[in-house]
This record gives sequence, C-alpha cells and structure tokens, in this order.
Amino acid sequence: MRAGENRVWLLHIAVVLVILALHFVLPPYHHGILARVMVLAILAMGYNFAFGYTGLLSLGHALFFGAGMYAMGLGITGLGLSPGIAVLFAIVCSVLVSAIIGSLALRTAGVSLMIVTLMFAQAGWYLILYFGEITRGDEGFVIPQAQRLVAGIDLADSNNRYLIALILFAIVLFTTLKLVRSSFGKALVAIRENEERAKMLGYNVFAYKLGAIIVSGTISGLAGAAYGLLFGYVGATFASVQYSILPLLWVLLGGASTILGPFVGTLFMTYLIDISSEFTEAYLLVAGVILVLLTLFARQGIVGEVKKRFAPWLP
Amino acid sequence: MEFGPNLIIALIEGSVQAAVLTLIAVGLSLVFGVMRVVNVAHGEFFMLGAVLAWAVASFVGGHPAVSFILALIIAPLLVGILAAAADILILKRINYDPENTIVATIGILYIIQQMTLITYGPDARPVEPPFNHRFSIPWFEYTEQGYSMYWPWGLGTTSYKLFVVAAAVAVIVLLWLAISRTKAGLMMRATQLDRDMAQSFGIPVDRVNAIVFGVGAALAALGAVLIVPIQQAHYLMGGEPLLLAFIVVIIGGLGSLPGTIVAAVFIGLSDGIISIFFAPTLAKILSTLLVAFVLIFRPQGLFGKAVR
Amino acid sequence: MTDYLKKKQSRRQVLGTLGAGALSASAISSMPGFVRYSQAQTSEPIKLGLQVHRTGIGAAYGRWYSRTTEAAAKFINDNGGINGRPVQVITEDDATDPKRGAEVVEKFESEHKCDVVFGTLFSHVVAGSAPRAGELKQPYFIVSEGTQLAAGGLNRYVMQPGITDVKSQVQSMAPFISKNLGKKVTMVFPDFAFGHDHRDFFSEAIAKQGGEVIAKIAIPPTESSFTKYFPQIPRETEVLYHVMVGPAVLTFVKELGEFFGSSSPAIFGFLDSLEAVDMASPGLEFLEGSYFWEGNPRYAQENQTEYDKFYRNAVGVDENGASVSDANDISTYSHMFGCWETMNIIKAGMEASGYKDVNDRSKLIEAVEAMTTIPASNAHPQGDKIFNGKTHQVFGHQYITQVKNSKLVLAHTTSIEDTFYPDAVDYTTQSF
Repeated sequence: MRAGENRVWLLHIAVVLVILALHFVLPPYHHGILARVMVLAILAMGYNFAFGYTGLLSLGHALFFGAGMYAMGLGITGLGLSPGIAVLFAIVCSVLVSAIIGSLALRTAGVSLMIVTLMFAQAGWYLILYFGEITRGDEGFVIPQAQRLVAGIDLADSNNRYLIALILFAIVLFTTLKLVRSSFGKALVAIRENEERAKMLGYNVFAYKLGAIIVSGTISGLAGAAYGLLFGYVGATFASVQYSILPLLWVLLGGASTILGPFVGTLFMTYLIDISSEFTEAYLLVAGVILVLLTLFARQGIVGEVKKRFAPWLP
Repeated sequence: MEFGPNLIIALIEGSVQAAVLTLIAVGLSLVFGVMRVVNVAHGEFFMLGAVLAWAVASFVGGHPAVSFILALIIAPLLVGILAAAADILILKRINYDPENTIVATIGILYIIQQMTLITYGPDARPVEPPFNHRFSIPWFEYTEQGYSMYWPWGLGTTSYKLFVVAAAVAVIVLLWLAISRTKAGLMMRATQLDRDMAQSFGIPVDRVNAIVFGVGAALAALGAVLIVPIQQAHYLMGGEPLLLAFIVVIIGGLGSLPGTIVAAVFIGLSDGIISIFFAPTLAKILSTLLVAFVLIFRPQGLFGKAVR
Repeated sequence: MTDYLKKKQSRRQVLGTLGAGALSASAISSMPGFVRYSQAQTSEPIKLGLQVHRTGIGAAYGRWYSRTTEAAAKFINDNGGINGRPVQVITEDDATDPKRGAEVVEKFESEHKCDVVFGTLFSHVVAGSAPRAGELKQPYFIVSEGTQLAAGGLNRYVMQPGITDVKSQVQSMAPFISKNLGKKVTMVFPDFAFGHDHRDFFSEAIAKQGGEVIAKIAIPPTESSFTKYFPQIPRETEVLYHVMVGPAVLTFVKELGEFFGSSSPAIFGFLDSLEAVDMASPGLEFLEGSYFWEGNPRYAQENQTEYDKFYRNAVGVDENGASVSDANDISTYSHMFGCWETMNIIKAGMEASGYKDVNDRSKLIEAVEAMTTIPASNAHPQGDKIFNGKTHQVFGHQYITQVKNSKLVLAHTTSIEDTFYPDAVDYTTQSF
C-alpha cells in the first residue's frame, strides 16, 4: 500500500516535471497552446470534482468560470485592486457564488439538477449583458498590460505566463489528488455510488455534496480568474453555455473521476480542434465523431480506459 | 402601448411560441417517457427540419404553398428516418445508458450541426409562407365622447401565425389519438410502463425504441417546418429550442405528455407576458430564474410524480 | 518540422486563392521568383493574415470580407505588389469567438509567420485578440467599427484605418434625422456593446439637435422572435431607429413591418439590420420610403464614382450589390470596403516605411500614424478620409439612402467633419 501511495505521487510529480521540461523545448505556438490548456484543465479538474467524483451532472460551470473571471477583471479595472489581490477576491466570490448556487440547486438531483444549474448559468450570462454599463456586455474588456504585473512579473510575457499557468495547474492537481484520497473524497465517491446507503451510514449527504460543489466551483472560478489575467481579456463568451458543455466534454474524453483525465481530455480536444480546423471549417464535426466513438468503444475516456485495462491503481 | 393591447399581443405571440414549443417538447418527452434517455441532439432535428423545408422550397419552386405542403411531409419523414438510424446504430449499442446517451447525443448534435454547416452553409435563409395576411385588431379607449374605437399600432397579427397555432393543436390531437387508440400506441405505452414485461409479451421493444426516437425527432422537424416561414433556417438555430424544450419537459414532469403540453403553454406565454413589464433582457433573466426556482421547490416538476 | 510547416502554408495559400474563385492571377504572381518582382531585393511574399468570421454569427460578413480581401490582394499584386514584393493572404477562421480569435493571432505569428494581421469585424473578437497582438508586437488592423480602440481601450499595435467607428457613424446621423424625420425617437437595438454604443452616442447627438430619445428597447441576443418587444414603442414616437445584427436580422425587420402595418412612424435604420439580405425579400415592402445609414451605398448610384465602379467590378459585385455570379448572394457592401481600403493602407504604410521584415513593424505603425488625409481613389473607393494618428481611427463620409422601388437611393452624404469627436487617447505616447 505504501509503495502504491508513492507510485501515485511520483507519477503526478513526473507529469508536472515533463510539462516543465516542455517549457524549454516547445516551439512558440505549441508553448502557447499548452499554457492555455493548463488553465482550461484547471476548469476541467474543478468540473471533474463535482461530476466525476461526486456524480453531480452540472451544466452550469460557466457561471463559476465567469464569476471568477469577472470578479478578477472588475476588481482590477473597477475597484483598482492589484492583480494578486484581485485573484484572491475572485476566489472569495467563487466560494460565495458556488455556496449559494449549490445550496439551492442541490435540492434537485439528476436531470433536474442539470437544468437548474443551466438556468442559473444562463441568468448569470444575461446579467453580464444586462449590466453592460459596467461589463461592456458581450464585447468585454481588455485588462491593460500595465496592470498585469504581479510582484514585478509581467504576465504578458509568454514565458512567465507558461510558468504561472504550470504553478496553478500543479497546485490544483495536487490539491484534488489529496482531496479525493482523503476521507472527504472517499465519502463523496460513496455518495455517488449509493446515496441511500451513505445516508444510512450517517453521512450528511447534503453537506458533503455542497462541499463538493464549493470546491468544484472555486477551482473553476480560479481558472476563470487565471484565464482572464493571463490572456488579458474578460468577455461574456466565457460565461456562455459553451463553457458549461466544454468541461463536461474534456472530462468525459479524458476520463471522469481520474485525476489526470481532465488535463488529458483538454489537451487532446484542443489539438483535435486545432488540427482539424486546418482541413475544414466544420472542425466541431471531428469533436462529434470522437464523442460518439468514445461512447461506443471507450466509455471510460482515455485515462479511464488506461486505468481499467492496465493501471487500476490510478486515482 | 396601453396594457390591454399589449397583453393581446403578448398572448398571440406567446401562443405561436407555445405551439411550436409544444411540438418540440412533446417529441423530447415521448423519447424520455418510453426510452428513459435524454436526447441532447433534439434541437438539431428541429434545425434539420427547417433546413429541409428551405431545401424543398428552393428545389420545387412554384407557389410557396406547394413546397410548404411537400416540406410538411418530406422534412419530418427524412428527419425521422435519420433519427431512427441513429438510434439503431448508436444508442441501442450503448444500451441507453443514461450518461453515455447524453454524451453520444452531444456527439450527434455536433455531427448534424457541422454537416449542415458544410452542405448548407453558415447563412440564415428565409422560406416564404404559403399565405400571409396581416390584419389589425381594434381597441377601445375612454375619451371625452365616451368609449371610442381605435386601431393601435401593432395590435394585429398574421393569418399564418394563427395557422401555426391551429396546426400544432391538430397535430397534438392526432398524436393523442394515435397513442391512446391504436395498437402501435398500445405497444408504446406498454414499453413505457415496463419494458421487460413488454418484451416477454412479445413486443419488439427494439423496434418500438427506434420508432419512438424517429417520431420524436419528426415532431421537432414538423415544428420547424411550421415556424421557418416566420423565422429563418440557420445551422445554429437548434440551441435555443433545445433549452426551452428541456425546461418544458422537466417542468411538465419528465415523461408526462399532458404535463409537457401545459408546461409548453405556460413557458410560451410567460415569456411574452413577463416582457410586458420588464426590459427585454431583464425579462429573460427573470424567466430563467423562474424555471430554476420552480424546479428547486418542485423537483418533480409541476405535474410529475417523481423524477429519476 | 519546418518542412511540414512549409507544406501547410503553401496548401493554405492555394486554398485561399481557390476560395476567392480567382485562381490564375494571384496564384501565379505569388510564386516566388516571378519575373515582375525581379527588381525587388527579395521576392518572398508579404504575408497578411486575414482573421475572418467564417463560421458563427458573423459568417455572412466573413464571406464577403474574404472575397474583398482576395480582390484587394489581386489589385495590389497587379500593381506591382508592396515594395515590389507580392502579397499573400493567409486566412484563418476565428468562429466569431474571442478565445479562438486570440489563438488565431498566435497562429498567424508563430505558425504562418505573417507580417501583419487584419480584418476582424465583431468587437468582442477584437477585444479578445488585441491583447495577444500587443504582446506579440504584431500590427493588428481591424475593420470593426468598434469604439473601444479610439476610446483608448486597446494598444498601439491596433489600428483602424479603413472604416469609421460606430460613434462617428451614429452622431453624424442625428442632424439629418432631427431635420427631416422628427425629434421624438424610439431606438430598438441589440442588447450588447455594439447596441449600447448606438444608444449612448445617438441619445447624446440627438439631444444636441434639440430632439430626444423617448424609449430605448434593447433586444436580448439569441432572440429569434421580436414582436413581443415592439409594444414598448410609445405612441408619440415620430422616428423609429433600428439596428440589429446576427442571423435573425431579416425576421427582425419583417416583424417590425408586420407590427406597424400601414401606419408607422418615420423609420430610420442602420443597414446592419439588412446586410447580406435582399431588399426585395417578401415582407420588406413596408420599408418603402424609409431611410438607412450606409457605410458605402449598396446600389450603384446615378453619380457613381469611377472608383466605386472599379472597386465593385474588382470584387465581383453587380449594380444591385449582389454577387455577379449569384444574384441572391447579397454583399455586405456597407462594411466590406474596409478590407479593401485597409489593405491599401498597409501597402502605403509599408512602402512609406521601407518595410522589409518583422523587425520593421514599429516603423510601419509610425508610418500609418503619420497619415492624415486620404483622398478618394481606386485604393479608397468609399470616399475621402482623414486618419487620426493619435487615436488610430479613421474618419470619413457617411451615406443616407432612401428605399425607392426596393432600391436604396442616395439622399444625403455627411461631411467628414460631422463624424469628428474629441480625442480620448494618444497611442503615439505608448512605447513599442
């Protein structure tokens, strides 16, 4: 068991080190893509925490992603916060938003939960448009380069951006790894597998689920804040329904309830779309075909299938 | 505009929306009721119906009424066959596993949408209505000479819009009869109640599934053929109706046809009526939150008994 | 790796040219070593990255932006290219999405090695892409009408020399409307930034003319039916001002007509409401006699300039504003000239600065900033313009046309001065 424990940590540390090594060898274009993928993978990891580990099918994570992004952006341009403080502010806002949404939405389950979260996210998106005076609506706003300095580090520089994305990615990766292996995480899986039994065993199921939504929503909000700050733009598209569906797809492609699945799924899908857009304007066609093939032949997703076939010890 | 005429407009517009929404949502509800799966590609079947209506109109030419009638037959038929094929080739093979079906139908959604983009292109294209006459409705106001009649701006509608409402009602009645009075309807209801039992009584459950999936999609396509002369055919038009149909089906209580119909009317009308009182985007915010709160406080929907 | 990239580029180039349907001239002339360019020090083509809305809600515009750009490339290449080097257009679809827009900017820079990027229309895509262009120090010429550039929201690498912005367009309409149509205006506009610009700048401008906006009706995006919002138009409305974008524009205008029936106030619209839509579509008859803003008149006018004739012919647009090969394929004539003129500004800027390669990018920007008056010509067929080097924004004439027999007939041309407003930024003070 001890050996298994070490193996898990070593694997994930190795993944982070490989990404660090890639920093020095990747050509600029792919370097840029990987920086993006890491930030989006944070969103996917947050999503996976609720969907994969707790079994909560949400179609409303765009709300959390958008809440983090707008809290950060408006914190800088509206409240005059420094970027570091603005990110903390975004995390606080994400905790609040996910606590409120969670405590309301978790009164429902299954498909109803999906619709309720979707409705809240749609309302959030409309709110951004409605308060166009502050948010500049769909057009969004640019965070000036001069205000993207954290402790003298210029986030507009692509090397800094990559490394900061990697640090955030690693923090979230190891945090979720730790969480799912804690008693909290094990309780969530127990609830996912059989809610009635978990109740009878004395778990406060509602509180655990709410905890899962708050962790999930806060990680997603962090991803939104990081994306806006690193790439210098805050816009309503990032709060639209698309950003609720995408993390679901990334997680399913990579493997739900695996720690590395969200990253692998995001990476795979991003390259798939980038490469297929060379050949056709209908590049989402490829995404559609892959999804169908996945359900027919690899239901557990990429990492999930690896886990099932070769490495059952993967978390 | 004064409240009275405004309400009339809201009711007329709401009825047109409710009519089409009913057709789309009943299709979705039928599929859920019988097959217990959530079909995320449903909106794309709607979109295909609209695009096929355009295709028929531009190939046939002549008077719009001719191509309209042809489209009413051809579009639902083709879409139904396509959907049944998708059921047999994909959904059946994954044993209608709930989560996998959501993923697979998201895949089908992208495939249909992007194939349409490749073949039909990214433009919105109009289809001419078979007939269209605008008529005004008078209103009364109290002046110094007592009540007098006047014709407010905008208080009016078109014959085609009224036809859409009537046609949707007719289709729903026919569907109702088919489900409750025919042998096929009986098989369908038996499968809905208990699929294992139905199978042991010799009902070809697989075929029932394929047909139900096809009919559900065909209803969405039919709704699209009706609405496309008012709106336009566009490859991204499936998203909004899908959302609305989802809302309707869930508010109505999953799998309950009467509930679905009542909820479609409720959602269709409330959208229009809320927009009398509030700025348009605020009205959207309120109506989406309304749906969320209905579900939060009645998770089984307004008319449903229990949700999975 | 490099071989692979080269292959990819040449395939793109062929695709791009095929897309324009004008294979011969530009394909031959963009071959390295072609005789006509032998006098140049290098015959490597100048690469312009066209960021185009090929899919998504901007697709109707994207198609014509693409065609106009290909025609402009041919025009430039037929006239000796830029500094004796041929122009090569590389096209990437941004799906009318700001995230993809930023990725495409990166792709132009590091994959395609473009000299400049240009051609973006929708302002959210501009806002998403501009920070990346600034970071990569890549000149980014937008054809967007967006106001965030001149308001100081972007950076020194972003310029809009080919098309006026919404603020200019809107404010210059106010005198005509208040003098000829009425003083009590109701506005119907999309509820996003573009619509809010219309609302704010027009309200301000009409107040200066002694008029007022008595109702502002913002339509939520993704809406597909509109009648339910029209009852909010007050009875005392004298002028209805409408502007709409997206795939539902025709439905919007048709429902407006059905709403009013035979008794409507005066109607003034921005042609955005009917770009790429046939004026003779059934249901639009009620527009007869109403007025439109046009960036560049869609129908060839009686006093059509030689320049417009030349440009129209080069792009392949007939006298009704439709494609010469398909009368149902209506152009986005009020906007797409911006691509043609921007390409010619890039040429002029590169020639004035002696542009050789990416190391000369700041010289190119300084050269464009130094431009002031731009006279009408084949390169600038929409009309005379004045460029403001401090705000990076161009100013020019606006056209007001009236619907007569389902055609748009010129009724008024504004002066350039009508479009002026005080500077809000001086980009020349920012360092490169």
